[in-house]
Amino acid sequence: MIGLSQVYALAGLVFAGFAVMSLRDAANPRRRRNALFWGLFALSFLAGDHLGDLGNGVLVLAMALAAALGLGRSGTSADDAEARAASARTHGLRLFLPALLVPVIVLAGSLGVRHGGAIAAALVDPKQATLVSLSLAALVVAALSVRLFRQPVLAPLTEGLRLADTVGWMALLPQMLAALGAVFALAGVGTVVGETVTRVFPMDTRLAAVAVYCLGMAGFTVLMGNAFAAFPVMTAGVALPVLVKVYGGDPAAICAIGMLSGFCGTLLTPLAANFNLAPAALLDLDDRFAVIRAQAPTAVVLLLVNTVLMHVLAFPAHP
Amino acid sequence: MLVLLGVLLVVAGFAVGLNPLLVVLASALATGLAAGLSPLEVLAAFGKAFNENRYVSAAWLILPVIGVLERSGLQEAARGLIGRLRGVTFARLMLAYLFFRQATAALGLTSIAGQTQTIRPIIAPMAEAARAAETGAPALEPAETQKVRAFAAGTDNIGLFFGEDIFLAIGSILLMVGFLDQNGITVEPLHLSVWAIPTAIAAFLVHGARILLFGRRRTRP
Repeated sequence: MIGLSQVYALAGLVFAGFAVMSLRDAANPRRRRNALFWGLFALSFLAGDHLGDLGNGVLVLAMALAAALGLGRSGTSADDAEARAASARTHGLRLFLPALLVPVIVLAGSLGVRHGGAIAAALVDPKQATLVSLSLAALVVAALSVRLFRQPVLAPLTEGLRLADTVGWMALLPQMLAALGAVFALAGVGTVVGETVTRVFPMDTRLAAVAVYCLGMAGFTVLMGNAFAAFPVMTAGVALPVLVKVYGGDPAAICAIGMLSGFCGTLLTPLAANFNLAPAALLDLDDRFAVIRAQAPTAVVLLLVNTVLMHVLAFPAHP
Repeated sequence: MLVLLGVLLVVAGFAVGLNPLLVVLASALATGLAAGLSPLEVLAAFGKAFNENRYVSAAWLILPVIGVLERSGLQEAARGLIGRLRGVTFARLMLAYLFFRQATAALGLTSIAGQTQTIRPIIAPMAEAARAAETGAPALEPAETQKVRAFAAGTDNIGLFFGEDIFLAIGSILLMVGFLDQNGITVEPLHLSVWAIPTAIAAFLVHGARILLFGRRRTRP
């Protein structure tokens, strides 16, 4: 059955390719360190399950140190820009076809596995259908594009590395933050934050309790980087005992709008690195927090809207 | 209370601009030590969690295909498309993308677009070209380019976040159903997803208004 392990093996091979390409990249003054970084990334994906917990800990420590010392980046020459413009003139709208084929394959793959009956379910792990389809799409469309647009055979690796160099050490941060979340959970950080919030803020009116829950979901999400970590704590601490039991609110409306208040926090926090910081690196922005700044006004207004919506919509018995 | 030290470290470390990777390591160490683990135990716990969360980084598998398409001129073609399509302004492009992202996410199609596969190679170049055409300049000022790109990236996140919860089988809905079930409250996924609709509409109106304002802004006074 095709599942996570095959996806990880493919990713490991691609990252190993990045490592080799980095080493051969004469334009990058720090090519050895880049090669080490991507080589360790490859090792994690190819053999992470056999390294043991401490082994994985040492691995991530080495990756973080190598990355924090500063990774290099290969330069792009003006010839490239001219070649790209010429290729764009030659191929025109056809260039969009492979880009559209990626979502089509993802869509067909995930729907096919979900509704494809026993054969499809035996072939692909239904829980990983989207990730497997995305990997398949990445592979197939890369090969197709090389052929269609007459690119060098190694272009997927060299050009993938160019993008990876743009992202740099930021490529590692989302996974490290996910691991940090697990350590927080292990140490019971969420429970302590939740207890503090419920003890410190008064909830003697319905509006105050609604505000504590909505703003608490957002604030907690900002601190933990993830609305999913905030939800159980804030809902068990505020929503169920106060909003549902005391004020008779509808649990479905309260939870749904509470979660969306958490999402407003996700838009505001650097700890949600895959949404907020990695795109800034990918788009070559000077300000690491530029995407957060662009989202902040929308997030703050929506947080207030959510608070009002919950106050108005979630308490049918007490208008 | 001592376990909150790790949270404080993260907030302070990110605020002062230290390298986030080192901040995360320091925070994990402080949190683990405060919880009574030895340094080696913290390292092992962190390593285990790192290994279990590899799917987060598996998303970078998309880089090679996007790289090949960019080398073939996809960004240039996206910019050129704006020149050919009259009537596609910055605001109309971003509004259409916001609606597309919200609507497809609401159908559960969260993976058909994204920062790496859509914003960087297609939407950001189109937005830059549209903005440049509106200001009358052949190319945007570097500062304005950065603003446009960041705004496009933010629009993708906002569309995704405030669309996906309308879909019944998305992770957050399943989390809520499971959590409420543990607490003795039975809720149908449909009831949760229905309550995501008012906020989704508000998100389109609020961010849509900001898109219109951004499009009317003058780059130079």
